[in-house]
Formats: sequence, C-alpha cells, structure tokens
Amino acid sequence: MNHDAYDDNYIRSILNSVKSIAMVGASPVNVRPSYFAFKYLAQRGYDMIPVNPGHVGKALMGKPFVASLADIGRPIDMVDIFRNSSHIMPVVEEALSLPQPPKVIWMQLGARDDAAAEKAEAAGLKVVMNRCPKIEYGRLSSEISWMGVNSRTLSSKRAPIPTQGMRLSLNRTSFGGGQTAASDRAAKNKTETT
Amino acid sequence: MTDRLPGFSTLAVHAGAQPDPTTGARATPIYQTTSFVFNDADHAASLFGLQAFGNIYTRIGNPTNAVLEERVAALEGGTAALAVASGHAAQLVVLQQLLRPGDEIIAARKLYGGSINQFTHAFKAFGWNVAWADPDEISTFEQAVTPHTKAIFIESIANPAGSITDIEAIAAVARKAGVPLIVDNTLATPYLIKPIDHGADIVVHSLTKFLGGHGNSLGGIIVDAGTFDWSKDNKYPMLSEPRPEYHGIKIQETFGNFAFAIACRVLGLRDLGPALSPFNAFMILTGIETLPLRMQKHCDNARAIAEFLSGHAAVASVDYAGLPGNAYNNLARKYAPKGAGAVFTFSLKGGYDAGVNLVSNLKLFSHLANVGDTRSLVIHPASTTHSQLDDAAKVRSGAAPDVVRLSIGIEDKEDLIADLDQALNA
Ligand SMILES: Cc1ncc(COP(=O)(O)O)c(C=O)c1O
Repeated sequence: MNHDAYDDNYIRSILNSVKSIAMVGASPVNVRPSYFAFKYLAQRGYDMIPVNPGHVGKALMGKPFVASLADIGRPIDMVDIFRNSSHIMPVVEEALSLPQPPKVIWMQLGARDDAAAEKAEAAGLKVVMNRCPKIEYGRLSSEISWMGVNSRTLSSKRAPIPTQGMRLSLNRTSFGGGQTAASDRAAKNKTETT
Repeated sequence: MTDRLPGFSTLAVHAGAQPDPTTGARATPIYQTTSFVFNDADHAASLFGLQAFGNIYTRIGNPTNAVLEERVAALEGGTAALAVASGHAAQLVVLQQLLRPGDEIIAARKLYGGSINQFTHAFKAFGWNVAWADPDEISTFEQAVTPHTKAIFIESIANPAGSITDIEAIAAVARKAGVPLIVDNTLATPYLIKPIDHGADIVVHSLTKFLGGHGNSLGGIIVDAGTFDWSKDNKYPMLSEPRPEYHGIKIQETFGNFAFAIACRVLGLRDLGPALSPFNAFMILTGIETLPLRMQKHCDNARAIAEFLSGHAAVASVDYAGLPGNAYNNLARKYAPKGAGAVFTFSLKGGYDAGVNLVSNLKLFSHLANVGDTRSLVIHPASTTHSQLDDAAKVRSGAAPDVVRLSIGIEDKEDLIADLDQALNA
C-alpha cells in the first residue's frame, strides 16, 4: 500500500462501506477540527462515537464520550485517530486487541505512523494516514468545490440530486476516481443527527 | 484501476464543472444571486462557523465562481483557489494575509507598472514596505531579506518587455528566508509556465488577460500551492493564531494544505469585499476552455512577428525572449518551452515620433492599455502610460521614447505582419 498517495477508489470504498466510526481524540470544543469532522460525518449518516478519557460524562452532539475503544462495547467499522503521530501506536494496538477489531484505521491530517500502519495491515485492516475524512468526503462528493478547493475529480455525469439542501452525494461517477455503487447514506438518512 | 491524471486540455474544459445536479445543465450556470437559503438554523450556524462547506453570500463565495476557482487551481496544480474582482484585488487580498504594519515584501523591480504603483503608494499607506530587487541579479533578493520580510513577489514573464524570471533561483532564496514565494503568472498562464512546479507557494493572476482571453471581463485569482507551513515560528498569525472573527478557529490547523486559500476567502474577501461578479466568472470560464489552443497560437504568432520585426529596416531592436540571442532565451527555453508568451517590446530607429506615427498608422492592431486579448494590441508607453515621466525615468522603467509594446492576438499572422509593415513604411 502506497501511503503517500491514495487512489480515489480506495478512499471512496472505505467511506462507502463503513457505518460506525469511533473518533479517538474527539473534542467537545466547537472550534476544534475534531469537532468539525465529527459533526460533518454525523450529519452524513455515520454512527459516530466520541472517544476521549478527558471528557467522559459529557456528550458530543448527543453521543456520550467513552474513555477507550474497549468501552464502546460493540463492534465498530472504523477508528479515526485525532492524535499526534507519537500517540498512534497504542491506539492501533488497542484496536487490534478488541474482540472484533475494526476494518479500517484512519489517521487524521498531519498524523502518520508507518509502523502502526504495517501492524494494522498485517492484521488485515485497511489504513489511511494523514487525511481528513471530512475533507475526503467533501472532495469525492465535490461539496468541497464550493470552497474553491481542487477536488481532483472530473465528471460528465449528472450527480444524484441533493436531498438535504446543500449536501451532495458521495456517489458520483468521476473520471480519475471510478464509480461507486453503494447506496447514499446522506440521502437515505434524512433525519438530522444533531 | 489506478487513478488517471487528466491532461492540461482536459482540465481546461472540465475541471470544476460537472452537470448541474438539479437541472442537468451542462454548461456552468450563472448563479446570479446574492445569497443562498439555509437548510435550517444549525446549517446556517455551521456555515458561518466554517464547520460545513456551502454557500452563504456571493461576497464570500458563489457556485459559478467556485467552478472558476477549482479550474484554475487544477490547471496550476494547486490545492485551492479564490477568485476576486481583478488582478490587483488578488494582490491586495494575498498580502493582507501575510503582512502587518511595519512588515516588508521583496518585489521584483520588473513588474507590471500598475503593480509598482500599488506597492509603492497604496500598500505603503498600509504600513507594508516594499524592497525592490533585480530579477536579473538573484543576489539582490538575498541582500534584501530582513527579519521583517514576509514574502517575495515576482512575475513569471514580466510586463512590459516579456522577460523571463528564474523562478527556481528566487524560490531558493524564499525557502532559505522562510517566506512564501508569490508568482504573478498572468502573462505566462499555466499553459506556458506552472510556477508551483518551480517552487512557488502562491500564484496570482489577472484573469483579465490571457486566461479570460477575450478582453471582455475583469477578474483576478489566488492559487494556494499547499506547500507552505504557515504555523512555523508564528510569523503568519492570520493563519496560525486563533481568529477572533471565528470564535478562535486556527485556519491552518483546520484547513490543512488549502488553509491559505480559505484565509484569503474568509478573512480577506469577506472583510475587504472585492468579489467577482458571477457573470464575469462565466465569461472567464468560457475563455479558459480554449486556453491551450489560444495560447499556442498567441505564442506562434508572436514569434513570427518578432522575427519579421528583427529584419525590418525601421526597427532598431526587438526584445522577445523567444528569439535566439535574446538575453532571456535560455530561461525561456527552460521555463516556457512551448513559447515565450505574446507580450514584448521593440524599439524604432525613428525615436519618439516614429512610435507615435506607428501607432496611428496601424489598422488591425488596437491602440489601448491592455494585454492578452484575442485581438492584437499596441501601445507606445512614452506618449501614453508613461508620458508624465521625464526621459531618464522613461528609460529606467522600460518606456524609452522609441519603445513600442505589442500584445499579439490570434489573427492570421500574415495579416498582422502586413499591418505592421505598412505602418512602419508609412
Ligand atoms: C502582470 C499583471 N499583473 C497584474 C495586473 C493587474 O490586473 P487587473 O487589471 O486585472 O487588476 C496586470 C494588468 O495589466 C498585469 O499585466
């Protein structure tokens, strides 16, 4: 796996297949990047679980904080690690020791630990490093294009009509990224996860 | 399947523009609206708080303008872009993110005259100081660096004489000084030169020129290369410090490698206000679709005309970097192998009067103060834009009495040559 550049299909298949995401290092402070990403993903239908031992007893968008991955008490599809590179390994080790490990380890923009990635991949997990799932979702849906950001996708196909105001589907055909067939979470899940 | 990287011409037609999801419109619609409705109160709050991507008000962003932004970002190889009302507005918005009163910018002495004015007078009044350096003497850039230096500003192909700048050498100076290199790529366009490949951190354009290309719409754009670490040493508080305008958000931390473009939008454009009209964005987008075809023709015509003028008895010298023997020919071959642009100067043996006569005798070239139009343009700086200067100052600024500037269009070169020939012989 080349962790310097990911094919759009790889990222899209992950964002299309995972349903539950534990965000390690999530912050309840509403100007922190982790808060932005948590809210954005929750509003696009992902089952978000905030993990942060410093905030147990509080909730993020109605979801109670848990202290550790083990405390979630049910299988999760993806662990999104909002920590510095130096704190990645113990989180990956904890994820791998769960009775049912996640399918994906995602390290946030700026975070990268190749040894931890190798360990997770050896156990059959998919790994993404140094990326933000909010930005990748925004890029592949082309929502991020509204901010003048280069989505690096092209398409001559009409994308699904937005069903929730300004929210575009992840499922667009794109030259350079390939096609996805998975159902569109945001369109299906019309109720706001606030 | 691995991802395919589309070529330049494909990006020029497609980047940023997909069929409209609601109507199926294939051409980019002109979203001529000031504002956009919110889904609900939380959505509005998320947008104002920069938590969600979306449209609020056309001074901050507009879907037509966004297509233009993504397209130019893609063509330049940047992470993001911000379109504004003019090239000058782009320069203002960029520097507002980087300089505080008392800070300095090092600028190449060879710049478009309007930029020299803007830096010398308007920016000076903001307390932004400019140190001029000579792009033909890289050491002058090194010598100009001080602890207050916040950026270096150059043109890839410099107006008016079309000289070529050694971008990589100046990028090395900027890296060593720990400041971003800003390149005005107006006269080259990314078809000829992609400054980001040579070390630029920010690219600006007057879209008014070759990118729009038809002389019908003012516009400017800022492209973020995504290469600069704004948080190092806290030199750029607009990007690295909590922003009181947004409840303490840190722009770089939140937006990563497109933070500069976001800062220009949410701190610059939002507060300074030079928004681009969506109609102009549409006109410029349509122009960009044919950029590769036009630019090649501009360059091929320019070279043929430069060769013709070099052999004409009334012409003293031709300053076109695309000609062998020109002082910038080696740099042109390195940075702009497809062509050295289409703006250049030449001088007349007959001096000032010959310049005035030439301009009045031309029948196809238009006498006006612009460059980068489909039409061929001519100006005699000494009798127009620079007429208020004394002769010595005219020579220093490249507007000696015998100098004429051309911007070569995409007409048939035989007709352009015939027009010049009859005017020179008249
Ligand atoms: C190289 C260059 N930069 C900037 C500008 C300013 O652009 P605008 O007229 O769109 O403000 C011009 C205009 O002539 C130019 O030639």
